[in-house]
Amino acid sequence: MPIEDVVEQARRDLATVPRVPGAPKPAPILVADGVRRTFGGVNAVDVAHLEVQKNVITALIGPNGAGKTTLFNLMTGFDKPDTGRWDFEGTSLAGVAASRVATAGMVRTFQLTKALARMTVLDNMRLGARDQPGEGLLSALVKPLWAPREREITDKALSLLERFKLDAKKDDFAGSLSGGQRKLLEMARALMSDPRLVMLDEPMAGVNPALTQSLLGHITDLRDTGTTVLFVEHDMHMVRHISDWVVVMAQGQVVAEGPPSEVMADQAVIDAYLGAHHDMDLGDDALLDEGSVIDAEADAEAEAELTTKAEEKAP
Amino acid sequence: MDFGQLATNVLTEMLGPTAIAYALAAIGLNIHFGLTGLINMGQAGFMLLGAYGFAISTIQGAPVWLAFLVAVAAAVVFALLLGLPTLKLRGDYLAIVTIAAAEIVRMIGRSTALTEVTGGAEGLTGNSFKATFQDASPFPDDRWTLGPITLATNASNSWWLRIVGWSLVLLACLFVWRLMRSPWGRVLKGIREDEDAVRALGKNVYGYKLQALVLGGVFGALGGIVFVLASSVQADSLGRPVTFNTWTILLLGGAATVLGPVLGSLLFWGALVFVRGFLRGVVPPDALSVQQIEQIGWVLVGLTLMALIVFRPQGILGDKKELAINAH
Repeated sequence: MPIEDVVEQARRDLATVPRVPGAPKPAPILVADGVRRTFGGVNAVDVAHLEVQKNVITALIGPNGAGKTTLFNLMTGFDKPDTGRWDFEGTSLAGVAASRVATAGMVRTFQLTKALARMTVLDNMRLGARDQPGEGLLSALVKPLWAPREREITDKALSLLERFKLDAKKDDFAGSLSGGQRKLLEMARALMSDPRLVMLDEPMAGVNPALTQSLLGHITDLRDTGTTVLFVEHDMHMVRHISDWVVVMAQGQVVAEGPPSEVMADQAVIDAYLGAHHDMDLGDDALLDEGSVIDAEADAEAEAELTTKAEEKAP
Repeated sequence: MDFGQLATNVLTEMLGPTAIAYALAAIGLNIHFGLTGLINMGQAGFMLLGAYGFAISTIQGAPVWLAFLVAVAAAVVFALLLGLPTLKLRGDYLAIVTIAAAEIVRMIGRSTALTEVTGGAEGLTGNSFKATFQDASPFPDDRWTLGPITLATNASNSWWLRIVGWSLVLLACLFVWRLMRSPWGRVLKGIREDEDAVRALGKNVYGYKLQALVLGGVFGALGGIVFVLASSVQADSLGRPVTFNTWTILLLGGAATVLGPVLGSLLFWGALVFVRGFLRGVVPPDALSVQQIEQIGWVLVGLTLMALIVFRPQGILGDKKELAINAH
């Protein structure tokens, strides 16, 4: 079956999924069970059951402190849960190191972009590739062993950079890119390994409106070429626009699931999250371990809020 | 004052075993810090272990190649001991552990309980372990003159030691040059920038950091061997100041460059001898004693390091642009 049909089928299948938290999906790529993480007695994440449908775009929304980023950290091995298990494509990833999660095909990006500042854009991209024998200490010493693979990697990196309109910047240090370009670079870098599930943590935060449109395009392209996407986002405009399925978290739990139009009309969701949306964001669970960047983060949030408001006001 | 003699002294010191030893140690530290971002505050510990490994195994009757291997193995084991528990933690912890561990090595080395093996605080005299290395020399026992420098061919502070030492430095530089421009070096640089990002891209960060720590430590051990082959093994001569001097050398030459550590070592030792010789020549002995001049030399080293950090943090060969982008 051509990939377009697979994606169409996966999206159609969602219509039959019951609109309840933890609903089983016809073709789940990621299944989490009883995942709990406490920070000093508070349940940061307490997900009884969650399935992520393959070949669609799933949005994870919820108020700050709802545990979205913590859930990301747990799923990708950057944090360890108190209890719980989860399977990725049928393989258990509980307790697996972050690097192995990535090699299994589940690659994430970060809320605060992690561009490798003092490396060139092209080297950033190359680092995302897999199966480079030259990454071993001994084979690194013998260039002929890794040069052919390096050429393949470089070609792939260049074509991805072209797609993300970063090809003109390939020899610049990543640290010299703008915030939005760094988001693009991080996403492009994640694609170097052809992941089957991409987890994007707030891909729109701090991105200027001009770039938003192309970022959205890249994310839907990902789905249309067979990559499953799970993303956290506060920009409701974007969520409504591109997601096929929305999962709502509050106080660590999944409180609602459904297609974007239905979830956003849900009174409980409006009460728990959307109604409060226009208040200033003052904190996020990710800040618990990233205290030093609270200010930068708050600024970015405020900026994102303003952008959203401006867009909503526009006719 | 005799400037010709001063220039000769400076040149002798720049080409001498101390400069070679520190260049090797700084090359190792460059792998730790410049490439991987590991803060190793105990490079002197690696040097001392290399020195003990070489000297003790030679005294026990090992041939020179085996003595080298023992020294390298000692550094590998030390790096694993330090790295296995600490490399999963944040970088600062490694700094604390390495400085403490280097002190432990020194304390154990000079303890009276081990006098039989390490010679205690007295150390091991040069004559007890230098013979095998000197016998390996292809030269006849003689004194040769090259330009203004006259040295013994084989004994102690010799041409033979210089040739072997600089060959080691050359090999080390080629090795680092190859690695820095390989995908392996790219992963290390990525770890230096942000290890979580590299982890998210599927690299085993812990394994890479361990490899870097071991490799840099081995170069430290080789530096230690060269250091003691010119003098003797004495625990206190490879203490904390040696680590700090190595850092100064690395920052002076430029971290994350291939030749920075070598240039740094040449300049550091050349400048130190120059300053001392110059002051001895121009300051009357009743104003400053020879001993005070020695110490003023070190004071100037400290001031240079401070000025360097403030005005040229990237070092002489470092890339200003690379450093201008402040990653953290």
